[in-house]
Amino acid sequence: MKRAAAHALWSHWRRHPGQALTLVLGLALATALWTGVQAINAEARASYARATAVLTQDAQTTLIARDGGTIPVATYVRLRRAGWQVAPVLEGTTRLAGRTVTLLGLDPLSGPVLPQTAPLGSGGIAPFIGPPGQLYAAPDTAAQLNGAVQPEIVVSDDLPPDHLIGDIALVARLLGRPDHLTRLVLAPAQATDLPPLDQIAPALIRADPAPGSDLAGLTDSFHLNLTAFAALAFAVGLFIVHSAIGLAFEQRRPMYRTLRALGLSARALTGLLALELLAVALMAGLLGVAMGYGIAAALLPDVAATLRGLYGAPARDSLGLRPGWIAAGLLMSLLGTVVAGGQALWRLHRLPILASAAPRAWRRASTKGLGWQGGLAGLLLLAAGLLTQTAAPPHLGSAFASLAAMMLGAALALPPLLAGLLALGTRLARGPVAQWFWADSQQQLPGLSLALMALLLALAANIGVSTMVGSFRTTFTGWLDQRLVADVYIDAGSPETAQAVLPALRQTATAILPRITTEARLNGHPGEVQLLSDDHSYRDHWPLLSPAAGVWEGLAEGRGALINEQLAYRSGLAPGDPVTLDGTALPILAIYSDYGNPRPQAIVGAATFAALFPDRAVQRYGLHMDPEDLPALRLDLEGRFGLRPDQIIDQASIKAASLRVFEQTFTVTAALNVLTLGVAGVAILTSLLTLASLRLPQIAPLWALGMTRARLGQLELLRAGVLALFTAILALPVGLALAWILLARVNVAAFGWRLPMVLFPGDWALLGGIAVLAALAAAAWPARRLATRPAADLLKVFASER
Amino acid sequence: MSVRSLLCAGLIALQPSLGLAQGFAGLASDAEGFALPQPNPSFSFPRDHGPHPAFRIEWWYVTANLSDTAGRDYGVQWTLFRSALHPGETAGWDSPQIWFAHAAVTSAQRHLVGQSYARGGIGQAGVTATPFAAFINDWAMTGRAGPGQDGLSALDLTARGPDFAYDLQLDADGPLIRHGDGGYSVKSPRGQASYYYAQPGYQVSGHLDLPSGPVAVTGQAWLDREWSSQPLAPSQTGWDWFSLHLDSGDKLMVYRLRDTDGADFNPGTWIGQDGTAHYLNDGEITLTAQETTSIATATLPTTWRITVPHRQIDVIVTALNPQAWMDTTPAYWEGPVQVTDAASGGAVGRGYLEMTGYD
Repeated sequence: MKRAAAHALWSHWRRHPGQALTLVLGLALATALWTGVQAINAEARASYARATAVLTQDAQTTLIARDGGTIPVATYVRLRRAGWQVAPVLEGTTRLAGRTVTLLGLDPLSGPVLPQTAPLGSGGIAPFIGPPGQLYAAPDTAAQLNGAVQPEIVVSDDLPPDHLIGDIALVARLLGRPDHLTRLVLAPAQATDLPPLDQIAPALIRADPAPGSDLAGLTDSFHLNLTAFAALAFAVGLFIVHSAIGLAFEQRRPMYRTLRALGLSARALTGLLALELLAVALMAGLLGVAMGYGIAAALLPDVAATLRGLYGAPARDSLGLRPGWIAAGLLMSLLGTVVAGGQALWRLHRLPILASAAPRAWRRASTKGLGWQGGLAGLLLLAAGLLTQTAAPPHLGSAFASLAAMMLGAALALPPLLAGLLALGTRLARGPVAQWFWADSQQQLPGLSLALMALLLALAANIGVSTMVGSFRTTFTGWLDQRLVADVYIDAGSPETAQAVLPALRQTATAILPRITTEARLNGHPGEVQLLSDDHSYRDHWPLLSPAAGVWEGLAEGRGALINEQLAYRSGLAPGDPVTLDGTALPILAIYSDYGNPRPQAIVGAATFAALFPDRAVQRYGLHMDPEDLPALRLDLEGRFGLRPDQIIDQASIKAASLRVFEQTFTVTAALNVLTLGVAGVAILTSLLTLASLRLPQIAPLWALGMTRARLGQLELLRAGVLALFTAILALPVGLALAWILLARVNVAAFGWRLPMVLFPGDWALLGGIAVLAALAAAAWPARRLATRPAADLLKVFASER
Repeated sequence: MSVRSLLCAGLIALQPSLGLAQGFAGLASDAEGFALPQPNPSFSFPRDHGPHPAFRIEWWYVTANLSDTAGRDYGVQWTLFRSALHPGETAGWDSPQIWFAHAAVTSAQRHLVGQSYARGGIGQAGVTATPFAAFINDWAMTGRAGPGQDGLSALDLTARGPDFAYDLQLDADGPLIRHGDGGYSVKSPRGQASYYYAQPGYQVSGHLDLPSGPVAVTGQAWLDREWSSQPLAPSQTGWDWFSLHLDSGDKLMVYRLRDTDGADFNPGTWIGQDGTAHYLNDGEITLTAQETTSIATATLPTTWRITVPHRQIDVIVTALNPQAWMDTTPAYWEGPVQVTDAASGGAVGRGYLEMTGYD
């Protein structure tokens, strides 16, 4: 009996292959988006772990130059000869075979001081030192460089992309810096009777492991963003599954009745259907994981570029299969099926045998839920509003919680709102067809509401994220214009060179702005203090958040300091409060925005800087000059003073590089946006398909009254368009609220800066158009099926109940 | 001192994963590009106290037998090795010269070891002939000889390990001597050789910093200078090397190169009380291992009988501390020994023993 029943039940899918495909595809899509994002996150985190393991100098105490410059090799030798256990590191970027790479030069003979994880293979140090020497590189990087450079490229799985490790001699040659080091790694165990650092190397200071090296913490918000997106996409995908399962259950009602009448127990029937769901979940899960892998592989290069560019996190382009996210993907698929199909199963189990054939028995019941649904939505929206007001400074967790509450509340509020709008339409309608159209739309709303909720979420996410990205872009480009006041930036590399190049600079530049940055503790946090000359270009352009009179005079006269927004948020500071710089308290004159910098920073005038840090000399300049004179100046500085090309940078290049990083950052979000919208479109399609067969008894009388099938099909299309339009209009405030939470709460918590919100109504119109088009496209197939339906089908409605 | 530490030079490796490509077999690889020792050398001092970067390997090797005021014996080792990846010297990081050093303090109970590595070319390690100074990181052997004296005749010696340090003053009471044939020391019947001279007689005073506290010590020391490029035959697997200060005032250096492919090679140098050196040919000496000690994976002879019949030598050589294992890279055994007369059993001197190739 069971076998026969199973055969009968499952033959449904053979007869409706399109439906089977929809079900599997919907679940697979939902799983795919979720899995893809999980895979990206897992890969990125693995990259961090790898990088932390390899470049462990970041996690070790190092000695760096006080002035932020380089360390002469002679200083290193002096420390070693005095018994200090230090290892030299030379780091720099250069172009190799057309690729910009970071070179890390180590001395393998620094023995016990070096991190044990230095990825040297069994070849030993002779080939490593060379000549020609070896460069260790990640597989991708190695593939690009192999044969194109003279040193042998050795593949190492332990290295982040575009980071090469080589012997210090080789790296010094490649960087053209034979006499300088970037930092010295300090061994944990040092003899107790060493000469103190300030005697033997006064230009160096101890730097504890940089907070900036905590990549996991720094990038958490980025991954949380992606995960939130994935969860949203998954939720949207579940709407599809729900409607597909609902359809299959609806269509098989007569069969259930027959099977039950033949003696199959409710338990056995439910069991068979549960088994069916399990099979579907596994199949779709596997497919989804495979698709997720594809999505991740396609998006990962951009994510990796973002992480590298925005956070300096060394993420890799290539994707590995990790059991973690594969298992998570399958589990999500099963979970999704339970959520989407459990209700149907439960109801089936409880339905009386003879009621089973009445298709609208529980559909009508669900319309009664509109009232409490609206109430719940109201509560959620209220909670979302309260959550945004709680923590100050904003907390990432509460920001995302309010985001979730707001989105869910809005989705739940949609059916009651649409019902209201349709009721209004019914009241305003004139003529029998129009009245039927509105009334019928109301009748259909319960069946479509889940799909429309999915569309609402997708649209709101689209509006919210694009508003955030657009605001960010507008602000960021404006800020770049303000912040990059000089035309050309010069890093002389050492105070001596800085003095030597001055005459040459004076000949070309109309103004020379000395720049010094030094490591310091700002209100106890490690950060940096920068000197800002009193120059009109700063006065005119510097991006102060709260411009006030007398700020610049105060700075020049040493009456206070400026601090960046990150420090202000972190320490809860406002203008007028004192800020301590290495123990000296100064009043805060103003706060400035400092996008892209995760660390606290303060700015003081020349006199204050000299008083606070008397031993720091100028190494860098900003120049006001005619950009046309740059090639000549560059030739002169490179020729006479041995400056490298990367020590002389013009404003346009910095801007271009910054914007490139920026654009990459949001490629992923844009791609996920499109995918989510696509999933919503599929959700509408499956809902309409579900409704189409249920609606025949409602449509047949209209046809019998004289409406053509083509006309009925057009009305179906129109309805889909109208519902999509209403949904799009309702999505607008939801999207804007989302953007506000992202800009004013999530960003502040994640990055320490708040962005002004900029609105782009043109984009909204475009998005609304796309939503209507997507709905029309989804409705086209069911409408066409209706328009071309054999008249016999419609006649049959009158011949038998079903 | 003999070829003993050529192995060290060849096997220099900082961590297991950082081994130099030239392994033990690399010692026997050809010396292409490097200079080779030639017979009848004419050393010129102080110049030859300094480095010879045209040769692959070179060392400045001091061993000292010391005693404290309570009569307890100690051994001290200080060795600076130069190992060239390529012949020649270049200033800066590009220098092909690699320097490393071993230091040890041995008592009957303890054996404390330190090691040190450095690049050539940047001033972190090196040797200058005039004034004499050999240094690596914070270890140094610094000359303080007066004008007209040999640069190695008076030295200050310092080193430090994780749990010890020492500071010794060395003053020679005799001339430099040349091993082998006027300083040309043949290592194998197949022709491998090195340049090899020594200052075998120093009076030492100074102090050791031990975990138990500082100890004032006095005693004798021996300094070996050797350089070469291709020191071993392929079948020579290791060696046993002795330097002995006899109470008579005579000194004896003997070594045995163990050969898997035929007879061991077993020459030496006899240094009379007047400081004249006499070459001992292979076959004039017999070396017999009498007792062994197991350390880690190695089993080594730590009691030996040495006879040199035509010098009336028949002595038993016993390790002061049989556990004097140098857990360095590479690992070997090196420690002070006591010398007793084989017939009477009475003490007749002390010295140093090095054994390689047993692990």
